[in-house]
Amino acid sequence: MDAGGQLQGGLQLGDDGQLHHLLSTEGLPRPLIERILSTADSFIAVGTREIKSVPLLRGRSVFNLFFENSTRTRTTFEIAAKRLSADVYNLNIAASSTAKGESLLDTIDNLTAMQADIFVVRHAQGGAPYLIARHLAPHVHVVNAGDGRHAHPTQALLDLYTIRHYKGAFAPLSVAIVGDILNSRVARSDIHALLAMGVTDLRAVGPLTLLPAGLEQMGLRVCTRLEDGIAGADVVIMLRLQNERMRGALLPSAQEYFRNYGLTPHALRRAKPDCIVMHPGPMNRGVEIDSAVADGPHSVILPQVSFGIAVRMAALSMVASSQREPAGARNRNLAAT
Amino acid sequence: MNATLAIENARVLDPASGRDATENIYIADGRIAAIGAAPAGFAAQRTIDARGLVVAPGLVDLCARMREPGSEGALRIEMRAALAGGVTGVVCPPDTEPPLDEPGLVRMLRQRSREAAGARLYPLGAMTAGLGGQALAEMHTLAQVGCVAFCQTAALPDNHNTLLQAMRYARTFDLPIWLHPVDATLVGEGVAGDGPMAARLGLPGIGVAAETVALHTIFELQRAAGTRIHICRLSSAQGVELVRAAKREGLALTADASIHHVHLTDEDIGFYDTNCRLDPPLRTAQDRAAIRRGLLDGTIDALCSDHAPVSLDDKLLPFGEARAGASGLETLLPLTLAWAREEDLGLLQALAVVTRAPAHILGEDTGTLQAGRKADLVIFDPLETWSVQADALLSSGKNSPFVGRSLSGRARYTLVGGEVRFER
Repeated sequence: MDAGGQLQGGLQLGDDGQLHHLLSTEGLPRPLIERILSTADSFIAVGTREIKSVPLLRGRSVFNLFFENSTRTRTTFEIAAKRLSADVYNLNIAASSTAKGESLLDTIDNLTAMQADIFVVRHAQGGAPYLIARHLAPHVHVVNAGDGRHAHPTQALLDLYTIRHYKGAFAPLSVAIVGDILNSRVARSDIHALLAMGVTDLRAVGPLTLLPAGLEQMGLRVCTRLEDGIAGADVVIMLRLQNERMRGALLPSAQEYFRNYGLTPHALRRAKPDCIVMHPGPMNRGVEIDSAVADGPHSVILPQVSFGIAVRMAALSMVASSQREPAGARNRNLAAT
Repeated sequence: MNATLAIENARVLDPASGRDATENIYIADGRIAAIGAAPAGFAAQRTIDARGLVVAPGLVDLCARMREPGSEGALRIEMRAALAGGVTGVVCPPDTEPPLDEPGLVRMLRQRSREAAGARLYPLGAMTAGLGGQALAEMHTLAQVGCVAFCQTAALPDNHNTLLQAMRYARTFDLPIWLHPVDATLVGEGVAGDGPMAARLGLPGIGVAAETVALHTIFELQRAAGTRIHICRLSSAQGVELVRAAKREGLALTADASIHHVHLTDEDIGFYDTNCRLDPPLRTAQDRAAIRRGLLDGTIDALCSDHAPVSLDDKLLPFGEARAGASGLETLLPLTLAWAREEDLGLLQALAVVTRAPAHILGEDTGTLQAGRKADLVIFDPLETWSVQADALLSSGKNSPFVGRSLSGRARYTLVGGEVRFER
């Protein structure tokens, strides 16, 4: 008994195959990803102009709904929506309604009644944006800005954009993702996105306590030693290490982690000479990455941030232009799955 | 009550005696008076023509939560659901609010059950006070007011000595202990079976070790204490194998699995279907296959519904925040029949795990159709196809993972003590 079309990413695609919600990179067809990237291309120039906005979302309301704090991601979404001329409302829900006991879907109903067109959602629980997307009327869209450990699709798309910018074609690349993959939504979204784009040499690098089950089945090579993991790599994606990991008996200390998995200029010599180093931010210098690498010639960490705005403009404008009901949406109660 | 009833032309299926024949059944004074020829002078006050239908022992469900005490009036509703599912005996675990750890609560529950006139109620007493895993509950007193066994729900007590002493104390009075083989420290924050599916969805996983470590603990303490143990809800291939070995060794052991784990895997979670958030969690197709093998070779004695009505508010949440459990009483019979079809089993063999076997675990004389026994039975149409609709379920729990599915087999009449308590 399987979950049917939803596994193909049905909920986020309209019946015309357009992007109706952006919930995950899993199940996004390659041509659609390419269209997102080329749409982002067209927005790169906007950021360099004197007047940095286009009227694509004029009169539309974008609600930044952050159930978990994040200044950076929220700000880049806000800039992206404003450059599309949308009305942007920032709601820090962590500090308001839910603290008063209002349920997630009650909050959504209230905001929908305020004529929201797009919800940009961040939530500590994996799957929360799916719950919201299933609940919404067909003309309202969801862009996932990070849900639990599950997905952070705009980050993955900006990572793809960055890689394409510096490296061109995806298929011949060796890509290493290093660090806390177990707890990383960025890693999961990167993995699906990179595999969809045809990357065949994809490595997951970290201690066994930070590597989830099933990576091999997804098509990754698991490396427990940094030297092996980044040997010959074209792209090295470093992940942020949260301090909580030391409390949960997953790691003994940040110092020991850095000695084994910290990306130093010395370690980076194992990668290709023209490799690029990426990081979703915010960085812990001296924990997962040495400052000499973060600020060094291989680092493309700041360009990632700039590309992120164009990619988020692409995502927002594309979901907003999808009018039709997603194929995966059925009745709005629980029976939907 | 002196009511007499005749059921005519039914296909009588009795796993306990191996009977599979078209017969008449005669019921008087709450018991089966005869199967085949009517007793001399029998006059039926009511006759049910059961041509084309099956008569089987009523299902005995080793785990169905009535949510009482805790939710006023819930028992009456869930008992209707039991009857609609052809279930004539329900074991209620003590994970109520408050837990069933003192005689007054058990007496009240039994009183409400009598008033509800539903299925027979078999309360499980709490093994420890408040299910806290520290002090022992008054097991002997609770047994005297009707608790059939003693259970520590959710997970083993953190303190192994508490478990050992509970086993020894229970054995003093020859009381069985029912345990969920779950090591809480290995569950941690987990909400789904550990594996590729949980990894993909980013859901914290519950490893198989949470089950196997608990089973090793239980068996080792059982070897010391000698108590009869029933293992509730196996979920993993490795767990099934450990139970198989322990039974071979000769430990006084029975085990069950939920019908959901016979049909579903972690893949059914799809994109966060909270109706598939279960406890224990759904695991892989290999685990499901092992549970099915365990049922066939007798390692797993019985199937249960593991019925857990959960309100929509508690399910319309992100997966990790949703309350675990599935509504199961009304789908236990058709899902058992579906398992039989998929495994090419005869109906007698399939029905045994929901009738004779669970009754035997309880030490009850129900679960069989024989002259002189209590007339607890179900008359069902094995071919009636129906679609599971949330709103049409009688249970307050609309949280079935099978909503929208088409199932075959549905109770038409359910009799408890010879009384027709449900018909459609």
